[in-house]
Amino acid sequence: MTPQSDKRPPRQFNIAVLALGGQGGGVLVDWIVNLAEHAGWTAQSTSVAGVAQRTGATVYYIELVEPTPGRTPVLAQMAVPGQVDVLLAAELMEAGRAVERGFVTPERTLVVASSHRTYAVQEKMVPGNGVADSAAVLALVQRSARRLVAADLQALAVQHGSVISASLFGALAGAGVLPFAQADFEAVVQRSGVGVQPSLAALRAAAELAARDAALPTLPAPAAAMQQPARPLPERAAAPALQNLLDRIRRDFPRPAWDWLGEGLARVTDWQDTAYGAEYLDRVAPLAAADTGADGHALSIEAARWVAVAMSYDDVIRVAALKTRAERSARLRAEVGASADAVFGSEEYFHPRLEEALGTLPRALADWLDARPALRQAVADRLDRGRRIQSHSLRGHLMLRGVAGLRRWRRGSRRHAQEMAHLQAWLQQVQQALAGGDPALAVELLRCRRLVKGYSDTHARGSSRFDQLMGAARRLSGRPQAAARLAQLREAALRDAEGQALRQALQAMDLAA
Amino acid sequence: MAERSFAAEVEQLRVPAGSTFSGEGILAVTKALLEAGVGYVTGYQGSPISHLMDVLADAQPILQELGVYFEPAASEAAAAAALSASVNYPVRGAVTWKSTVGTNVASDALANLASGGVTGGALIIVGEDYGEGSSIMQERTHAFAMKSQMWLLDPKPNLTDIVQAVHDGFALSEATHTPVMLQLRIRSCHLHGSFITRENRRPAFTLKDALENPQRDVNRIVLPPASFLHEREKIEQRWPAAVRHITEQQLNDFVDGELDHLGIILLGGLYNNVQRALQLLEQGDLFGHSRVPLYVLNVAYPLVDSEVLRFCRGKRAVLVVEEGQPDYHAQNLQQILSRHGITTQLHGKDLLPMGGDYTVATLRDGIAAFLRQHHPAAFAAPVAVALPTPLLRAPSATAAAPASPPPAPSLLPPRPPGLCVGCPERPIFSSLKLVERELGTHHVSADIGCHLFSIMPPFNLGATTMGYGLGASSASAFAAGRQLGAGKKAIAFMGDGGFWHNGLTSGIANAVFNRHDNVFVIVDNNYSAATGGQDIPSSRALNPQRSTQHPIEQAVRGVGVTWLRTLTRTYDVAAMRAALREALTSREPGPKVVIAQSECMLNRQRREKPQRAKALKAGQRVVKERFGVDAAVCSGDHACMRVSGCPSLTLAPSGDALKPDPVAHVDEHCVACGHCGEVADAAVLCPSFYKAHTVHHPSRWERWRARTSGAVVAWLQAREQRSRARRALYPLPQTPPLR
Repeated sequence: MTPQSDKRPPRQFNIAVLALGGQGGGVLVDWIVNLAEHAGWTAQSTSVAGVAQRTGATVYYIELVEPTPGRTPVLAQMAVPGQVDVLLAAELMEAGRAVERGFVTPERTLVVASSHRTYAVQEKMVPGNGVADSAAVLALVQRSARRLVAADLQALAVQHGSVISASLFGALAGAGVLPFAQADFEAVVQRSGVGVQPSLAALRAAAELAARDAALPTLPAPAAAMQQPARPLPERAAAPALQNLLDRIRRDFPRPAWDWLGEGLARVTDWQDTAYGAEYLDRVAPLAAADTGADGHALSIEAARWVAVAMSYDDVIRVAALKTRAERSARLRAEVGASADAVFGSEEYFHPRLEEALGTLPRALADWLDARPALRQAVADRLDRGRRIQSHSLRGHLMLRGVAGLRRWRRGSRRHAQEMAHLQAWLQQVQQALAGGDPALAVELLRCRRLVKGYSDTHARGSSRFDQLMGAARRLSGRPQAAARLAQLREAALRDAEGQALRQALQAMDLAA
Repeated sequence: MAERSFAAEVEQLRVPAGSTFSGEGILAVTKALLEAGVGYVTGYQGSPISHLMDVLADAQPILQELGVYFEPAASEAAAAAALSASVNYPVRGAVTWKSTVGTNVASDALANLASGGVTGGALIIVGEDYGEGSSIMQERTHAFAMKSQMWLLDPKPNLTDIVQAVHDGFALSEATHTPVMLQLRIRSCHLHGSFITRENRRPAFTLKDALENPQRDVNRIVLPPASFLHEREKIEQRWPAAVRHITEQQLNDFVDGELDHLGIILLGGLYNNVQRALQLLEQGDLFGHSRVPLYVLNVAYPLVDSEVLRFCRGKRAVLVVEEGQPDYHAQNLQQILSRHGITTQLHGKDLLPMGGDYTVATLRDGIAAFLRQHHPAAFAAPVAVALPTPLLRAPSATAAAPASPPPAPSLLPPRPPGLCVGCPERPIFSSLKLVERELGTHHVSADIGCHLFSIMPPFNLGATTMGYGLGASSASAFAAGRQLGAGKKAIAFMGDGGFWHNGLTSGIANAVFNRHDNVFVIVDNNYSAATGGQDIPSSRALNPQRSTQHPIEQAVRGVGVTWLRTLTRTYDVAAMRAALREALTSREPGPKVVIAQSECMLNRQRREKPQRAKALKAGQRVVKERFGVDAAVCSGDHACMRVSGCPSLTLAPSGDALKPDPVAHVDEHCVACGHCGEVADAAVLCPSFYKAHTVHHPSRWERWRARTSGAVVAWLQAREQRSRARRALYPLPQTPPLR
């Protein structure tokens, strides 16, 4: 490093680091300071800890100045909008926040951002899909930056057994904006003496990625980020018994709906049996027959999706079946990283109530019990408590298999009768919309099924919202924009658990009951 | 055991004189105390000076070598009272805390100390928690300095000047027999920089000397008539002595500049950012040159009239830079100027914001407005002196706005701080949410501590927070409920830190004495967790330096509480809910106290992780647990998140085309506290949660049992899979054969 002459201003780098509490932002800052000080530069770092240390967002700020013998630079203690050379963001939304605060400018700022997401409480609380729009935020950061290096640096770090501070540091090295060689960066990690090899591996991988200016990741829109596409309809059914149903899909249904019908068929046969699969196609068929092909055969597709969901409602039989399967044991084993011969197990958290138990009973028996309040209460008292079932133990497994085995009698149960009645009423309303010449409304009615999900209170809440929407749809029927309005109401219903958004939307449309 | 260890860093405290010390601001302050020959140090932790207390605790061996006494005080009041050791003896003492909250607590002792005055240097180092990132009400320490007449230092924010301020502070205190406050802003406490060290000094006069040769002087005790004497002394002797000392020692800085008809008077702590603002306006450079003359107040209080007059005389206008309100400095300066008939126009809060952080951008705008009004030429003509140009972009006076418009606020979710993964306090609030479903909402008085995060989503609990350990007392007025026949009781929260700080007396004993009917929840997590996990009397761990393991329950019973439930595992949501329900519905008179105990997870992990790794390495039996969610079972409604808020409980794609909403997912940070399962169970939410465990180095019996039952289960599963394959449309996933 040659000392700067008096004529040329000293080289200076202003670096801001945006991280979440617990992400190790402090380590990254220490590394950058160490890198510069080791080369004889003046380095100053500041941070605001306070309450942000607990999972909140934190800003660290660093100024680096090349050696100025005999003169001491006066350095600022905070990032200044428009005056940041390098911005390191340990999470995508924090990169967006940096833009919001003016720390990212097209003339000046290199942004290194991890494209992964750590969801905020606000996003997680939404009963539907409340995740923020990653693609929009990434595009915003790209528009605002001089240059953007973005990749899932969290995954990259984990892949090398390290933490995100190592991959961010590596990306900073690879981006080549600071006048230090990658070897200097590596030496810092070596000097730190903690987890050196994994950190170096992560550093090098990230440096390589930044150096070749890898393409930005393509981030899907929020809905697509969470939505799995339907699998292509297979040529041959895995089970020969399903082949004629598969053939029927190809023969009787419009092609755009095939993949969805495949998903639906697989779901309901897995849930019940092959005959139930035939029933499923019988229920979708009249709707597909009324499909004019409008909106990419939306009517057939939505019918294929939501009739299958409605027919395979969540119940204890289904839960017990899912929890005892071989592939689930394999998945859990992989999740905890247990080797094949390790002693491994799992404990299930169940809380069955009388309502669930009655649901699985034959209708007559359930009604008989309902008519005897004292007996009903006695059963309820014995039943209504949390249960921990050791699903890996033989006893626990057999208990769950026993419940799963009720599948054979499921169609005679009270719950099934209720669900089927509900399904019938819903499909009838869809048919009425079709008969009334509003296929778009029919499609939206089908989509409303998304509200009904879960168990106990969740199921009750979802069902009551669903019923509210059905009521609103009846009043909207025949009016202009009925379908669009119903769609708006559905989105509102999925926004919060308290139903506030839905109430407001209903009021705004003058539909409040 | 504090959250962060400074064991390695404190070794720097031993470096020989003349070395370059490189580190954080608070570490530099500790070094400066040793260089200044301090005799004793105490204080109370709290951001931004928590680390100063942690550094001192970790530096215990070095302090002992030098004969320096250190103790963590029970409260700021206790720390301030300890300075009485410097009243009669020539021993230097230092105390530290978070201000203004800590200064509020300490102000009784401080007022008495300042009245009688000191013989040995008394230094009060306050972490000035004002502005961005602050966790407290926006007030300044300045008011306390004025009301008790203590001198207030506000050094320029670099380690050399901060260290010098410690030395200057002791000297000023001794020269004026007055306690001196040294304020360090948030960013200066957490500032990394360097300075050149001096030799550590053993105290010349020790506390041993004091104990063995006790001295007293009735005139130093705050009691009439001495107290009237003190006031006269403050005015006639100590103030003039301070003015003399500040002037002679040149504690304030004058920076000359060519625009000598103008000037800026600023506090030392704001110097760097003001200098950067000048640089951005092309009126200054990186090395402290300024075209506008500066008067830097490293002593924020008192102002020295002669220096003010010297700086302002002949100037057309002066800008005063002080954060916050009221504008104490501007008022004082205006008074000095008008008393001496000086007509210099004084600007301040007319050009700078009344409140809030003085960021560089704010300062730049304020100074620009000042220059435009009094010297527009500053921006018009090319600047005469050679000025540096920044590396990548030439600055201009008007270059202020970021180039791109800020995004719509809806694009970015807010990210408030919350409880950590596995926090034992989360289940307490989940339980209260569940109880409120049965009994309706209640008035909840919150307190300072991590538990205050219950006011945030998803809990949204707590109506007020009145001060550390004041949660219980702040429900006092609601004790009227019994008198007025109210159907509900108030609930007050308090942490163990707050309990020992003052909650035992002002909260619990007071509730017993006044026959309160309210419910008091004491969150006992073994540490003063919010300030970084420092030990307190009820800490369960043995601390070689302190006496711990004094149960809160005993203390509470000792002051007369009879209705008391201690829960030793907060994660048991059903038990916690039952206790809260019982407390809220109990007809027994008197306070209902629920002590909710579980160790702070952050500290527990720090303690247990290395132990587990060691046991694993040694081939001992170790059980590893974590929670998970069956994506296929999860409904995607996120009800679990609305009563939990655990950072580890997050969202993931369902992996099922027929489930468009994200499902719950437990990420790799899970510490298996069990809260999500407990809540799902207690709230009857959904059966998708499970706890998976792996036994490393199992016993032979365990291995045999697992193998046999595993074989039978695997056989049953294979049979089930064959049956399922007979009704499958897509091929079933291949599962590896089990053993």
